Amino acid sequence: MPEEVIRVYDLKKYYGDFPAVKGISFSVKKGEVFGFLGPNGAGKTTTIRMLTGILEPSEGRIEVFGMDVTKNKLKIRERVGIVPEMANPYIDLSAMQNLFLMGRLYGMKKREIKERSLSLLETFKLYNKKDQKVRTFSKGMKQRLSLAMALLPDPELLFLDEPTSGLDVMSARLIKDIIISEQQRGKTIFLNTHNMQDANELCNRVAIINHGKIVAIDTPEKIKELGAKYNVVEVSFSPFKVNEDFFSGKVKISGNKLNIHTEDVHRTIEEIVEFARREKIKIVTLNVKKPSLEDIFMEIVKENA
Amino acid sequence: MRKLSPFYRSLAIAKKDMLIFYLKGPVVIMGLLFPFFLFGAFLIGRHLPHSYLFVVLMSMTTFFTSTAVGPTIIPWEARSKTFERLISSPVSLTTVLLGDMQASFYFGLIITLLVSSVGFFLKIHVNFAIFSIAVILALLAFSSMTILMSSYPPTDIPADVMMLSSLIKFTLLFISGIFVPISKLPPYARWVSMLSPLTYLVDALRHATYISAFFSVYTDFVLLLFFAILFFVLGVYIHQQVLEKRFM
Ligand SMILES: Nc1ncnc2c1ncn2[C@@H]1O[C@H](COP(=O)(O)OP(=O)(O)OP(=O)(O)O)[C@@H](O)[C@H]1O
Ligand SMILES: [Mg+2]
Repeated sequence: MPEEVIRVYDLKKYYGDFPAVKGISFSVKKGEVFGFLGPNGAGKTTTIRMLTGILEPSEGRIEVFGMDVTKNKLKIRERVGIVPEMANPYIDLSAMQNLFLMGRLYGMKKREIKERSLSLLETFKLYNKKDQKVRTFSKGMKQRLSLAMALLPDPELLFLDEPTSGLDVMSARLIKDIIISEQQRGKTIFLNTHNMQDANELCNRVAIINHGKIVAIDTPEKIKELGAKYNVVEVSFSPFKVNEDFFSGKVKISGNKLNIHTEDVHRTIEEIVEFARREKIKIVTLNVKKPSLEDIFMEIVKENA
Repeated sequence: MRKLSPFYRSLAIAKKDMLIFYLKGPVVIMGLLFPFFLFGAFLIGRHLPHSYLFVVLMSMTTFFTSTAVGPTIIPWEARSKTFERLISSPVSLTTVLLGDMQASFYFGLIITLLVSSVGFFLKIHVNFAIFSIAVILALLAFSSMTILMSSYPPTDIPADVMMLSSLIKFTLLFISGIFVPISKLPPYARWVSMLSPLTYLVDALRHATYISAFFSVYTDFVLLLFFAILFFVLGVYIHQQVLEKRFM
């Protein structure tokens, strides 16, 4: 069994009286990309800040590399790279100066920093801008630099808080490719995101968090399976007619179409046919829509609201 | 591979501060132009011995240059969202603050050294050892004071801290025996002036220039050192206490 890099036991965080994280437990295995997926305000950033030792947990325990985070903050951080949410590089410094500062904070030697910086700048397509002040960078370039800064000390474990949020396709692609290649190099990655596609594409396992609670935790595939019950049958009749009580699934009307949410597609189709026959109306279109990860996410989040 | 020690890491932080802050407008104004004009205003219409003027000039330069940057660094970092990255790196908050403190110290040191060459041209008779020790201890005390100034309230609005710290700085300026020697103050005011670290710099510089002073030079040194340690320790402690509030 692979070693567990992060272990979290019944973690809670209150801001004053407000519970932002309400008792979550999970673990992350070595070499895994672990996604923390949730809507705005779910508690993702709060969790990542506790995992990286910036905030003290109100209750519960966190182990990283088998060490208690509260007691071994600095020791752990030597082996960790962090891209905080909305963390900016220094805009009055150049890309290279930002990297240099980072390297120094990690106790690296000048030569080491220089070599590694240049290769990272190359990878992140920032080499030509290396001596320009970050002030002149676009949002995507800043975010790429931010990730480069996190990767500089070649950390075993990466914490990324919404690294692609608000970026154009190109920058987002570049960052995702790097996440994938870091994983291939054996790194463990903890990724906060509210983007389903990213979670699906990048993560080995996903925890869905809402209102400070983990509501599901599994592989993206398993979560999709779990969401089989959120099938939607879309139908339109001519002339338009509806009797919501007739169907076992939940009916929603959108335009001249009915969307019937159902676990049992077979039964719903039988009901539709039966309904059309009884009312002497025609079925014009009939579609069975398998839920996307996004639909499932919305459903799970709704259920646990 | 051997990793560098926390002190080296704090140097990197100091260097960053110097690259970023020393060319910002408010720093130049508060740290350089302001003491210059204040000194000018003080000069007008007075005929004081050169050594007196030298003491006033040097105390104001030391004081204003070393407190120009410090108070706003952390609020500025919080505002521009660089602070979280800094404290999520493998350095303690103490190391970060030690770096910020050094930035104030070096800035103060460089400018003070440059300005002190005035003494040379005016051919002022200076005890070099007392002068150097006094200036260095005072720079330590003042730059530590900026750490304390930036600690509370835990705001991310640099202008707020700037205002508060200016208020404190001016209060200190007027109670520290720069304009009126302590020996000429009424007893109650004398007690107040003893609470200001600037008082001991002024007093020590009077020793260094062979003007009559109020305390012994050792008292001055010990108290400057005491303030340096007190301010830093207290500043770090408060910063630690309010750290979480900076993410609100
Ligand atoms: N410093 C704070 N003080 C008070 N409440 C806070 C603080 N930080 C976060 N919260 C609240 O805690 C909850 C969780 O916030 P958090 O930032 O962890 O969410 P998130 O999942 O990262 O959201 P987003 O996707 O918007 O980044 C929110 O309701 C937020 O309003
Ligand atoms: Mg967040």
